[in-house]
Amino acid sequence: MADEKTNAEAYWKANVRLITGCLIVWALVSYGCAILLRPLLSSIPVGGTDLGFWFAQQGSILTFIGLIFFYAWKMNRLDKQYGLEE
Amino acid sequence: MSQFAINILFVGASFAIYIGIAIWAKAGSTKDFYVAGGGVHPITNGMAIGADWMSAASFISMAGLIAAGGYANSTFLMGWTGGYVLLALLLAPYLRKFGKFTVPEFIGDRFYSRTARMVAVVCLIVASLTYVIGQMAGAGVAFSRFLEVDATTGLIIAAVVVFFYSVLGGMKGITYTQVAQYIVLIIAYTIPAVFISLELTGNPLPPLGLFSDHSASGQPLLAKLNEVVTALGFDAYTAMVDNKLNMVLFTLSLMIGTAGLPHVIMRFFTVPKVADARWSAGWALVFIGLLYLTAPAVASMARLNLMTTIYPDMAGQVENYDAAASNAIAYGDRPDWIRTWEETGLITFEDKNNDGNIQFYNDSTDFADRGWQGNELTVNNDILVLANPEIANLPGWVIGLIAAGGLAAALSTAAGLLLAISSAISHDLIKGAINPNITERGELKAARISMSVAIVVATYLGANPPGFAAQVVALAFGIAAASLFPVLMMGIFSKRVNNKGAIAGMLSGLTFTLVYIFVYKGWFFIPGTNNLADTPENWVLGISPLSIGAVGAIINFAVAYLVSKSSEEPPREIQELVESVRYPKGAGGAVNH
Repeated sequence: MADEKTNAEAYWKANVRLITGCLIVWALVSYGCAILLRPLLSSIPVGGTDLGFWFAQQGSILTFIGLIFFYAWKMNRLDKQYGLEE
Repeated sequence: MSQFAINILFVGASFAIYIGIAIWAKAGSTKDFYVAGGGVHPITNGMAIGADWMSAASFISMAGLIAAGGYANSTFLMGWTGGYVLLALLLAPYLRKFGKFTVPEFIGDRFYSRTARMVAVVCLIVASLTYVIGQMAGAGVAFSRFLEVDATTGLIIAAVVVFFYSVLGGMKGITYTQVAQYIVLIIAYTIPAVFISLELTGNPLPPLGLFSDHSASGQPLLAKLNEVVTALGFDAYTAMVDNKLNMVLFTLSLMIGTAGLPHVIMRFFTVPKVADARWSAGWALVFIGLLYLTAPAVASMARLNLMTTIYPDMAGQVENYDAAASNAIAYGDRPDWIRTWEETGLITFEDKNNDGNIQFYNDSTDFADRGWQGNELTVNNDILVLANPEIANLPGWVIGLIAAGGLAAALSTAAGLLLAISSAISHDLIKGAINPNITERGELKAARISMSVAIVVATYLGANPPGFAAQVVALAFGIAAASLFPVLMMGIFSKRVNNKGAIAGMLSGLTFTLVYIFVYKGWFFIPGTNNLADTPENWVLGISPLSIGAVGAIINFAVAYLVSKSSEEPPREIQELVESVRYPKGAGGAVNH
């Protein structure tokens, strides 16, 4: 019983760590690259404009898609690793 | 075949498909009606979420907003997609594991409080109703433009179709019609975009075309567009935004609001397993991304096309923009699509300097030296996507497709919202509070009756829109962000937040957000009752009322935490409920309650 509880707690900790990492990337591409850091990235040209504009209109959406699939894949592995899958 | 006949054919064929699906997918139980039986494949669900989510606003208005605002309006692109990351990581898998039918039900159970559940019901109904009125009105406009019936008749036709498949099939009928509607709307959106991208840049993929060279001038498309719009006194398309705080908060409000909208969350209850809820969020964003990656390309290309239609000399390589600007087309020579849209009042022309030509520019810049005495052409942003095929001279069947696509976008979202409203009434209000002993058959009947009433109310309000209907972004997203999302998230990630904390959090987030909106937009949106003019100088720290939902959410989190800390822990069985929601094992059993 105690083992089961520790196991579940470790699973939840790993999940929260993964979520935190993903949300840092999520914030970095949208609020970072596309908005707040755009002036710093303005020297990197992309198709007639700059990298920040690309992140605002394309890059963040592509990153979001990648993030969700990465999280789903990683969580499925965690579920199995901790024996908590359905 | 006339354009009218083609439009009827496309719209009629798509409606026949929806009705066919409705007959095939009739709901036999409350489980069918609320969660489509709970056995929807994650890719199917992803597609249905795509249609559920992409409304008349995404299909018709978004590209127009981006075309007008350029970089500044990228907020819509990021906000309406970034919310899915929050959904996939913070809400969907756990709410699926919880395995009940509605969002207020989770709030009621987790915070062991009927009051909390009722507050959630009210928030859900206000947010969803505001949203659905816009969809019904959008469907009415699409009908009146393409099928030449008046908007009210169009609205009633749309309502009858939605009535048929949602009352009969509930979530089951809605799921499979949404899949069909997604296919119709994505084809309708991308085909004209591919043609236009080919025409302007030679690249058949619009998202790549956006960053390619403009064929006629040899310059990068966006650089060309910047030159053209600045020559006419507008801000550069890719210009930086000064008020970054507001841009961040607006994007954040849209993201949190997206993640907190009940009609989207509900769709995750329809998949068999927790892992499927995670996958379907990913697939949903792939299907949504197809449109959201196309939209900014459509926006910039349509803006350039519009400008070079009025100023033909700006189309190719331009030595002197002043000279090109002086050679605008004559009003008498305007293309047919301008004439068609003038009839709807969405394009208007007034020859202020009486030279017979069209001057289309930003008249806060003085161009008296060009003999211009004010902007003469106003173009409503909403026509951009609808008029796109005509602007690019595409064949008539593409226009028919756009009509069917716009209606698919409006109807699919309307159906999802109506289901959220009716299930809150039949499951949370009637079964949860008024008559807990209602039978399964009685509840199914109650669900169908509430759905019918919701459709009638939404149709009536769509035809006679009240003041709040135009405030979808402020009201629906503000409420979802400030009241629903924070308590849902805390209900999963904190065992410590209790009933008092959740209720205090929801009410304070909601009140703060609504008061801030009402101060600038008028109390209950009654014109003239606002305390301050809705202009950037008056906003606190430059935060617009549309961006305040994010601040409301922070207040909700803080109040719920502090109130919970200073009162007792939730009971043991509630802490066990939170535990069980966190681990996927055993979800299959939970749905059969």
